[in-house]
Amino acid sequence: MRKRLLIWLLLAWSIVPLAQGGEPLRVEVGAPYIELHTGPGRGYPIFYVAERGEWIEILLRKTDWFKVRTARGKQGWVTRTQIGQTQLAADQPLRLADADRDDYNRRRWELGVLGGRFGGANIITAYGGYAFTRTLATELSLSQVLGTFSDSQMLNVNLVAQPFPEWRVSPFFALGSGVIRTDPQVTLVQSQSRTDGTTHVGVGVRTYLARRLLLRAEYNNYVIYQNRDSNQGINEWKIGCTVFF
Amino acid sequence: MENWLHGILLKWLGVALLACMALDSGLSFAADDQDEPVIDPGISRRTITTPHIDSADFELGAYAGVLSVEDFGSSAVYGLRGAYHITEDIFAEGAYGRSTVGKTSYETLSGSARVLTDAERVYSYYNLSLGYNLLPGEAFVGSRHAFNSALYVIAGVGSTKFANTSRFTVNFGAGYRLLATDWLALHADVRDHVFSTDLLGTSKTTHNLEFTGGMTVFF
Repeated sequence: MRKRLLIWLLLAWSIVPLAQGGEPLRVEVGAPYIELHTGPGRGYPIFYVAERGEWIEILLRKTDWFKVRTARGKQGWVTRTQIGQTQLAADQPLRLADADRDDYNRRRWELGVLGGRFGGANIITAYGGYAFTRTLATELSLSQVLGTFSDSQMLNVNLVAQPFPEWRVSPFFALGSGVIRTDPQVTLVQSQSRTDGTTHVGVGVRTYLARRLLLRAEYNNYVIYQNRDSNQGINEWKIGCTVFF
Repeated sequence: MENWLHGILLKWLGVALLACMALDSGLSFAADDQDEPVIDPGISRRTITTPHIDSADFELGAYAGVLSVEDFGSSAVYGLRGAYHITEDIFAEGAYGRSTVGKTSYETLSGSARVLTDAERVYSYYNLSLGYNLLPGEAFVGSRHAFNSALYVIAGVGSTKFANTSRFTVNFGAGYRLLATDWLALHADVRDHVFSTDLLGTSKTTHNLEFTGGMTVFF
């Protein structure tokens, strides 16, 4: 275990030089002044003000805060709004490569986690999706269902139709199938685990939150094909967050 | 009832899929098929570049500490943690931890009785949580050094695998993050992992407290 921990630490360490490389970007203050805070947060005090015409270097970004160094060597954090009032050259304002609603509309890949109820049990799902077009996508999801009597893992493939991608809260419809592996919780009953096929249909909504984030809520109706005489129908409700690329 | 609902939903879905395909034939994915302009203004288009700025919103690291598992004493716990800082206030965190639990009081007193095998004593968990930087601030070391820090509260859901059963687990707690540099953070965390178990005969909700210290890098 200790050896594994060490390997992870070394791995983490090796990432650091990547983040440190590259020449810092130089920009000129275009607004009357911009304020330097001591930390990347609204509560940190302003300790320095850079004036119009002063050249500053942008060193690092953390969420919506930018660490800058002035010509006099002062280092501090500037808000996104104020860094937007700087320019690369005369008449060439700094554009920030931020994901926005347009990127959301053009997204190809989605990665997300959802949580909710699957019948009488709790469910945690991770999924990845790829959009063929703005209205049609496919998704692969892996879920863990944690109930009182059993613990199940479920793998599903979906076809998702989003007929109104431009709506603020956009509905989608899903159709898919998969497999579910159920392990009885052994403290209760001694029994074999089993694997069954499933199909499901679902409806849900997506809405754009901010940056690369979207919110997703959905309802699915599953049919589990069991070896018993009748199939089992299960209702599932989930909500979660997704990042897109 | 279920099958009836399933049938209705299937029909809706069929209609929606057809509608999508019909819409798709009209709309193309990329909106770059614009017509030639009627008037050519004769001005060259200004190229707008979006320069790359290093960002450090992701955090990855490891932690170690003590986990107290109800009825099974306290033992060492190790784990890995990754986080994404969504805004200056909110972050999402995923963690995976492992521990090996000790003996129950009954096992210790009786001498030879064993409730669990060695393999069943391995306790592992994963969770996905949302944190809020409740009290951001600065910590001062002497008169020359100031470090950014934050006291955060965090809560989430996950799964705990212990004694061959997996249990849905809610975790909540608080932590302190001290940024030694812009990319290196030190953490101290207190977390309660709550799950129901009937391992010792009766079903009950257990509280399992965890105290850890860790290190993460931002990238």
